[in-house]
Amino acid sequence: MTEHLSQAEIVRKSLKKRYRKEKRFRAYGILAIMIALSALLILFTDIISKGYSGFMKTSLNLEVVLDGEVMYLDDPTDPRQIKMADFVEPLVQALMQEIPGVTDANREAVRKLINPYASAELRDVLKENPDWLNTTREMSFLAHSDVDVYSKHAGDKAYSIKLSPQQQEWVDMLKAKGVIETSFNDVFFKGGDSRDPAKAGIMGAVVGSLLTMFVTLVLSFPIGVAAAIYLEEFAPKNRLTDFIEVNINNLAAVPSIIFGLLGLAVFINLFGMPRSVPVVGGMVLTLMTLPTIIISSRAAIKSVPPSIREAAEGIGASKMQVVLHHVLPLAMPGMLTGSIIGMAQALGETAPLLLIGMVAFIVDVPGGFFDSATVLPVQVFLWAGSPELAFIERASAAIMVLLSFLIGMNALAIWLRKRLERRW
Amino acid sequence: MNMTATLGDNAAMTKTTASATESTAIESSSDAGIEEGKTVGKPYAAKEPKFKLRDVEVFYGADRAIKNVSLDIGKNEVIAFIGPSGCGKSTFLRCLNRMNDSIDICKVKGSLQLDDQDIYDPRQDVVELRARVGMVFQKPNPFPKSIYDNVAYGPRIHGLANRKSDLDEIVENSLRKAGLWDEVKDRLDSTATGMSGGQQQRLCIARTIAVNPEVVLMDEPCSALDPIATAKVEELISELSESYTIVIVTHSMQQASRVSDRTAYFHLGHLVEVNDTVKVFTAPEHHMTEAYITGRFG
Repeated sequence: MTEHLSQAEIVRKSLKKRYRKEKRFRAYGILAIMIALSALLILFTDIISKGYSGFMKTSLNLEVVLDGEVMYLDDPTDPRQIKMADFVEPLVQALMQEIPGVTDANREAVRKLINPYASAELRDVLKENPDWLNTTREMSFLAHSDVDVYSKHAGDKAYSIKLSPQQQEWVDMLKAKGVIETSFNDVFFKGGDSRDPAKAGIMGAVVGSLLTMFVTLVLSFPIGVAAAIYLEEFAPKNRLTDFIEVNINNLAAVPSIIFGLLGLAVFINLFGMPRSVPVVGGMVLTLMTLPTIIISSRAAIKSVPPSIREAAEGIGASKMQVVLHHVLPLAMPGMLTGSIIGMAQALGETAPLLLIGMVAFIVDVPGGFFDSATVLPVQVFLWAGSPELAFIERASAAIMVLLSFLIGMNALAIWLRKRLERRW
Repeated sequence: MNMTATLGDNAAMTKTTASATESTAIESSSDAGIEEGKTVGKPYAAKEPKFKLRDVEVFYGADRAIKNVSLDIGKNEVIAFIGPSGCGKSTFLRCLNRMNDSIDICKVKGSLQLDDQDIYDPRQDVVELRARVGMVFQKPNPFPKSIYDNVAYGPRIHGLANRKSDLDEIVENSLRKAGLWDEVKDRLDSTATGMSGGQQQRLCIARTIAVNPEVVLMDEPCSALDPIATAKVEELISELSESYTIVIVTHSMQQASRVSDRTAYFHLGHLVEVNDTVKVFTAPEHHMTEAYITGRFG
């Protein structure tokens, strides 16, 4: 009896220690999660706080006198005249109208508040509406990107260095008058890249990304799934298949830039395919994504319960029927999830695309698989390296767009898995 | 090793010199009292042999799982394979429709004939073989599809029904034979995995007989079922024995004695004794068989 008691005592004594250990372990876990979460939080706050203003544009609402004399223009339908005409002057005059006490000596300073592309906009408007000549119109033009960042970050010294104190005064005054106005940045979502931040958009990169992803998906999913099915179901287990398996795992760990070099050497130099095009980008990303898809598809096939396989074999289903009727439908959710995660990885990939020339400065939105294009992460890379202040927020805004695509793809993966699983 | 409880007042005990110490020795020494290839009883008694199995040996790599087994299985006979765990009865059963094929290290030697046709002949198509020799597994394994699709799957892949009405008929007949029709006729489209374990196993039997095989192999079909479901499946086996040859592996000796015509006792890969079921359970010829059926080990 005494022995019994002492044993209970021993257990009780150790209990405290054991529970302490458990508590400590739990604390470590919570700490680890906190670190991860705070890193994520910092990342998001930084990007969003820097980037939200990228979704806004600054424009000038001007009453422009479209005087033919000033523009040296009689007939807007004549292409030669349109080419020679001066579309800057009416804008400068209109803006000077809004600034009291401005003199001709300040003409250059005033002109620098207007976006360099505004005159081209005015030209296009006149080309379309020739009857507007010699009338006065209320029109809205993009402000210069220096004005853009200054007015968005009022009071921040870092953003005002490009404007003289006098210009800053004017901008403040024009803002108060309502001539300078910030609104939703439709230009950012409509256009391609530009040297001028105020004019730069991500549409070209988004379309480039979509085209590249499409090529990647069309190539990598069927090839990856077919390879996984063959390796898992049909291949004999011997040295050769072991070797193949090891190498597929190795490929998954190869730095992506190596795939870019391979694409450059093989697709472009050897096969003579064009540079900077989504087809080649998609093929390079296919090489990169294949191991991921093969590995996850094989895992999905392996997880199909052997009892289902046996049941089908027991009735006399052939190998192909077992695979097509039973294994594939059951493995499909896992295969899709793996593929979408692989695709998301490919969507965020920059390095291999730099080597095949998708880093070029491309203004036009690509219209097809053989048009020069760039992709979202490369666009971020390009803008992040630009000296103009306004590109900082454009880059952050582009990161947000990229992240929302990635989150969307992951959500799609989860939704697909849930949906397909329920069916079975 | 404590076996005194089951030894008790068993009359048959006098026949052997078995004592607690000796039965321990029997278990530990692999081939005690068993001569390889010598089967006691009536291994070739079947009048019209469906299966003729001679000198069958199965290897898992270097392991010899089945040692020199010879046996005839008669047409429309129900034969039960009994024996302790790991004795090779399931392995042997799976040779009969080549379910071992998918295991790379498994090698089968000897002569296995189904109606004078060599099962392991390279020219023998395994799909055709399995259409003739169906199988029901230990755990109910319906496909995650509707009840109808489960039963219709076999006829569909073998092209047994050309019209929808033919297929409907096969499904209904199979479910009727499996005693499941009245329970499921109103919900043929609902998923099979939602049924109870016993229903699932009877569905698996219906699925197997929908292909109209000549032989049905059953690998411990009731081990995952409760007693009531077991009774239903056993009843079904008795009914099916009128038109099919049935080979059943079971852990339950009561089940073997209830459903089978003949019983084969396996021990460590040897086929020790085959005889009429009544004979095996009342007057076993081999002392190992007796030791097993009286519950001294296993």
